[in-house]
Amino acid sequence: MGSCCLARPRDLVDWAALTLSVRLGILTVVILLPVSVLLGRWLAFHRFRGRAAVEAMLAVPLVLPPTVIGYYLLVSFGGNSPLGQAWQAAFNHSLVFSFEGLLMASVLVNLPFAVQPIQRGFEAIPPDVREAAAVCGASSWTSLRAIELPLAWPGVVTGLVLVFAHTMGEFGVVLMVGGSIPGETRTIAIAIYDKVQAFDTSAAGIMAVTLLALSLATLGAVYALSNRINHHD
Amino acid sequence: MDILPRRRLLAGTGALASLMSAGGWAVEPDVPPIAAAADLKFALDDVAKRFQSETGRDLKITFGSSGNFTSQLQQGAPFQMFLSADEGLVFRLADAGKAIDRGTLYAEGRIVLFAPRASTLRPDPEFSGLRAALAAGQIQRFAIANPEHAPYGRAAEQALKSQGLWEAIQPKLVLGENVSQAAQFATSGSAQGGIFAYSLALSPEVGKLGIFALVPSEWHAALRQRMVLLKNAGDTARAFYAYVQTAPARTIFRKYGFVLPGETS
Repeated sequence: MGSCCLARPRDLVDWAALTLSVRLGILTVVILLPVSVLLGRWLAFHRFRGRAAVEAMLAVPLVLPPTVIGYYLLVSFGGNSPLGQAWQAAFNHSLVFSFEGLLMASVLVNLPFAVQPIQRGFEAIPPDVREAAAVCGASSWTSLRAIELPLAWPGVVTGLVLVFAHTMGEFGVVLMVGGSIPGETRTIAIAIYDKVQAFDTSAAGIMAVTLLALSLATLGAVYALSNRINHHD
Repeated sequence: MDILPRRRLLAGTGALASLMSAGGWAVEPDVPPIAAAADLKFALDDVAKRFQSETGRDLKITFGSSGNFTSQLQQGAPFQMFLSADEGLVFRLADAGKAIDRGTLYAEGRIVLFAPRASTLRPDPEFSGLRAALAAGQIQRFAIANPEHAPYGRAAEQALKSQGLWEAIQPKLVLGENVSQAAQFATSGSAQGGIFAYSLALSPEVGKLGIFALVPSEWHAALRQRMVLLKNAGDTARAFYAYVQTAPARTIFRKYGFVLPGETS
């Protein structure tokens, strides 16, 4: 208490927690990029029976409270579940209370944030552009790489930025399945919560403002980038 | 331009108003909101049930972290009574002018070493099973409440330190946000054991999930639990405050392993 006024602001930030959040955000983006491009494209270009059901299932994390998701993760990843026991046998540590568990939760929760904007991006491509590519003999892969992705690019960027920002801000699920382990599951959001509860308002305030600045910088960079891209069109 | 028909607008406003009042803002009998430390979850539920059947008065009890409640009360949360797990927090509220006085000591808490049924850990009051399991690398995850702000987490840390086990166990710790979550983590099967409140271990819901041993009270600072009425306390809150100190309530607290003021375990 007495050293409150001597502590430098830099020392009040839980850097391990901030790094962990950034790492979680980047890894979630990296995993979701290929998955959501393929899923979003498939949903944009294919009409099939049960499509609505697939879309509903993908979107459901958007509307469920984090406590419901956290509860199901505890039940399905926990030490009493087949998945939790298989993981324990294979890697000799539990899936709940681990970084891998958080990452898995993060990927599942963020799926709609990535897939929906990317799907809209693909849907915005005029059909005749893709038909022209097919007539010219472009394979599906070439068409995706050379024609569709450059056109659907803003949707992809939007999706990935949403995923990163949402991961940085995720709180409820982490609180329920994390266990606040330094360097493993204590994200910056949890660290701030712990500091508030411990009445350490100076640390909480500094960390909150750091997170705010980081979020603004990320979003600002992305909007600047997408404005430039739109200008070039 | 088409303007929303007036009748529909009125109906909409009415529906909105009824939604707002359904939540409990409408005028209703004196049902005080009460904040209680998470370790009281089962014991205080029993006390409240008895109080309700004897007096016919209702209560709205919220369980959570004492530290969190203190922050909320300092910011004007409408709780009329606060049962803390840590008397320091009650004094903090009293000093801030939020409480009517410095409150009353209602119980002293104890902690247990707990192992879920599937765990290889065998809890004993000397911690020798824990020491052996740690040395053998059988403890991968061990749950306690966050010692940074949870009183029961602080007691767990003190007990582990007093036995020289803190260094070895620290990398294995998972921290519950409050003691109730620590108990949930410890019993989940994802951790090999944990330390949490005796009062939770004695509830049938938690007790059936594993075995436990009472930790000697000399191994940690006393968990002096104090309650207080806030400045906005009404008649029902005051009646409940008095009831918690009567013989029937004390019997229930004793059943849940609390040591009562003026008594020894």
